[in-house]
Amino acid sequence: MELITPDFGLFFWQIIVFLILVFLLTKFAWKPIMMAVDEREKTINDSLQAADRAKEEMMNLKEDNKKMLNEAREERDQILRDAQTMKKRLMDEATEEAAKKSSEMILKAQATIQSEKKLAIKELKSQVGLLSVKIAEKVLQSELKDEQSQKALVDKMLKEVELN
Amino acid sequence: MKFKLLKSMLKVDCFKHFFIAFMFLVTATSFSFSSESDSSKDFNPTDMIMHHIGDSHGWHFFDYNEISVTLPLPVILYTDAGLVAFMSSEFHHDAEAKEIVEKNGMRFVNSHETIYKLNEGETEVIFDEEHHVLNGIAPLDLSITKNVAAIFISVILMFLIFGKLAKHYKKSNQAPSGFNNMMETLVLFVRDEIARPQIGEKKFMRFMPFLLTVFFFIWITNLLGLLPGAANVTGNISVTIALGLFTLALILINGTSDYWRHVFWMPGIPGWVKPILAIVEVLGVFIKPIALMIRLFANITAGHIIILSLIGLIFILENAGVAGISVPFALFISVLELLVAFLQAFIFTMLSALFIGMAVEEHEHH
Repeated sequence: MELITPDFGLFFWQIIVFLILVFLLTKFAWKPIMMAVDEREKTINDSLQAADRAKEEMMNLKEDNKKMLNEAREERDQILRDAQTMKKRLMDEATEEAAKKSSEMILKAQATIQSEKKLAIKELKSQVGLLSVKIAEKVLQSELKDEQSQKALVDKMLKEVELN
Repeated sequence: MKFKLLKSMLKVDCFKHFFIAFMFLVTATSFSFSSESDSSKDFNPTDMIMHHIGDSHGWHFFDYNEISVTLPLPVILYTDAGLVAFMSSEFHHDAEAKEIVEKNGMRFVNSHETIYKLNEGETEVIFDEEHHVLNGIAPLDLSITKNVAAIFISVILMFLIFGKLAKHYKKSNQAPSGFNNMMETLVLFVRDEIARPQIGEKKFMRFMPFLLTVFFFIWITNLLGLLPGAANVTGNISVTIALGLFTLALILINGTSDYWRHVFWMPGIPGWVKPILAIVEVLGVFIKPIALMIRLFANITAGHIIILSLIGLIFILENAGVAGISVPFALFISVLELLVAFLQAFIFTMLSALFIGMAVEEHEHH
């Protein structure tokens, strides 16, 4: 019975001491502790969110980079393709020009040859005419001492000319 | 998780109750044997146990060569003639009302840790057959008893522990390490596992100081009570009544109008049931803290009784060989008590939070 009979003195001290304990601990311990813990939790949450944001940003950046890289690659390919076609066109043009030039030159050469040939023939003809006249002179001088021979010669000449 | 803990608590309780019954059986039978065989050596286990778990005016540690090593504590009495104070050592370790202390013309005796003031002119105590003091009255005793001194020690320890933790946060906002970290974990445990789920996000912060204080006070006092020679503070009904009253006060002060309507005039039931339920609910308001105080008192006292009974077995059977069984058993129970020390602190705080949560809950459906 003694065990479950409350004792006023102890009860009184427990009440007093506990009230003081709650008051002082609240002021000097619980408040600062709870506030610090809350603040830290907030900081941790904020940091986590910031990290998430940074991660997202990095992902975006990465994507951007990838896009830019792809664009650059495409551009490069385009430039290369353009250069290729340009080269081809230039080469084609050059070939064409060369062909044109060469054919022109051939034609010119041919024309020159023709005119040269004509000139040469002309020259030759005049030379031949002169020579013929000289020969004829000499022949005439030697052969045409008599009438007969003159005649024979004329005949012969005529014959030859006709053969020619 | 909550359910599991409650279940394990129940198990511990069951086990303990069974054990107490068993121990009482053993002590009762052994005692009858020993009293038959040897009546000159009267070792009374009940007296020994009651002395150990009860309160006293001096802090007795041990006897050595007939010398009692006791810490004297102040005796403070509020008599008709005002306050009287003297050290408990003036009784010279007497609790049989033999030593009479004279102060301010009044005579005081200590009869089984109750101080009596003898009536005017009386110089000797007269007892009746049931050992009640006939010629004296007990004045209001506000002494710093062994338990009060133990409460002071718990309080000083708490100031040291949490002052240190609070000081840490003044310096840095980093998580503390070592002992401080353990304490912070427990503070967060009370906040996140007890207060927040039971009371609710909106209002739990208001009750955190009380819940934290009551949790750590019970836990630390329980642990200190397990030390040899220490006081049995949380196993004293006066202390648990005080703690239960704080919970009751918080319920009464903070109960919402909604809560009181549910107590006195429960909505949603037939009219004639309402008065019957009101009686039940009003009783319930008071039974809840009473259950709290009895649970804590009974669990802690039971633990002490088991350990003392096991040790007492050695003296009851007057055989040192019994120690071979008693000591490991007592050790096992002591380790179990470490768990119970935490568990009871948790249960008390948890149920306080639950009752407060019920009182401050906002009902949206009306």
